[in-house]
Amino acid sequence: MKEFRDRKVIAGLLRTIGRQASQAGPPVRLMEVCGTHTMAIHRYGLHALLHEAGVEMTSGPGCPVCITPDAHHRAAIGLVTRRENLILATFGDITRVPTRDGSLQTAIPAPRSRVRVVYSAQDALETARENPDRDVVFFGAGFETTIPSIALAVKQAAEEAVENFSLLSALWLIPPPLRALLESEEVRIQGFLYPGHVSAVIGCRPYEFVAEEFGLPGAVAGFEPADILLAASAVLNQMIRRSPAVENTYKRVVRTDGNPRALILMDEVLETTDAVWRGLGLIPRSGLKLRSRFSAFDALKKYGLNIAPAADELPGCRCGEVLRGVIKPTDCGLFGGACRPESPRGPCMVSPEGACLVYYRFAKS
Amino acid sequence: MCLGIPAKIISLDENGQGEVDYLGTRVRTNLSFIENARPGDWVILHAGFAISRLNEDEAQETLALLRELAESQDS
Ligand code: SF4
Repeated sequence: MKEFRDRKVIAGLLRTIGRQASQAGPPVRLMEVCGTHTMAIHRYGLHALLHEAGVEMTSGPGCPVCITPDAHHRAAIGLVTRRENLILATFGDITRVPTRDGSLQTAIPAPRSRVRVVYSAQDALETARENPDRDVVFFGAGFETTIPSIALAVKQAAEEAVENFSLLSALWLIPPPLRALLESEEVRIQGFLYPGHVSAVIGCRPYEFVAEEFGLPGAVAGFEPADILLAASAVLNQMIRRSPAVENTYKRVVRTDGNPRALILMDEVLETTDAVWRGLGLIPRSGLKLRSRFSAFDALKKYGLNIAPAADELPGCRCGEVLRGVIKPTDCGLFGGACRPESPRGPCMVSPEGACLVYYRFAKS
Repeated sequence: MCLGIPAKIISLDENGQGEVDYLGTRVRTNLSFIENARPGDWVILHAGFAISRLNEDEAQETLALLRELAESQDS
């Protein structure tokens, strides 16, 4: 697979892209929706190379930890600081997200309660099986890539009657915010690179509205340097021919209909709901919640939590605008000064997929 | 992480639990989302789960396209 990083291949693709961009009218502005793409684009220096070729890449709302609103993080902090005998299980980066109530890492848990870092929903369920005398709440943030595994954990908990397990869900769907971004007309995007692994689950059809209703080209992209450039070239080609579509340039992994087993399971356990995103506000049918027959495993119901939308950012943090693609991380006055990886002021500087952290780590790109 | 490096299935049981070889390391993985998974298949992992099987024909096709691009533009 080393051809995907081969210099000659990359150089050839960049020459093609350069020609296409000048034909389409530079600078061409594309959005990479997925945080893992943002990471790959900067790590391999593609951001600068594409800029030279006439293509500006803007990062989108594709970091689940980043777009999870402050209110969810504070609800998790509230649970572990106020309830005794509770284990709050979550992913490592989530524990470092700063809120006005501190972070899960700095929170002082109630007696016999603690925060536990897990790598998957299965780990959280295992924690519940091992600690039958405590409540285990899994605070899971994720997109369609992670959601099937979370749905499976809940289903297993129900089948085995693991009654001390529940889910504080921060589950987000990728297509609805794209519509929200396009309808707002706040960002001037001419095409999209769609996330490869979200698409491995949902397939290519959920993006079709972008081409059909908004006339914008797009391509499902993999994560190697050549994958990303191949997708960019496919988008440019659609622009030149004025035939917007959803092109799959990651066919070795993504099928048109996605992963049917994962989709069936998601639908069995979860249903769509209107949801509030950091930076993007309320987006219709953009989140998932547990179906009513799994309500015993819904932490919101179990603990009577009410997640009220509130001001999201700490003073000065512009994560919301970064997530909408309106500003670059370096446009934020706190970037690299008051806000650094060791002292983050917002989630975009915490998550490895957060645009601010990516720009900080790969400053030269 | 989900950078898309494929892993090879070493073994799996009837519940969909298995082991894969990921960059030379044995990793426990849930394979229940992969239809007819078999040892020797290549899969893409995400958070302890295999989310997709690698289609080797498609991989070869993309590689051929890339090689063509590199050679045709050699100057
Ligand atoms: S640099 Fe820090 S403070 Fe500024 S937007 Fe990013 S996370 Fe927020």
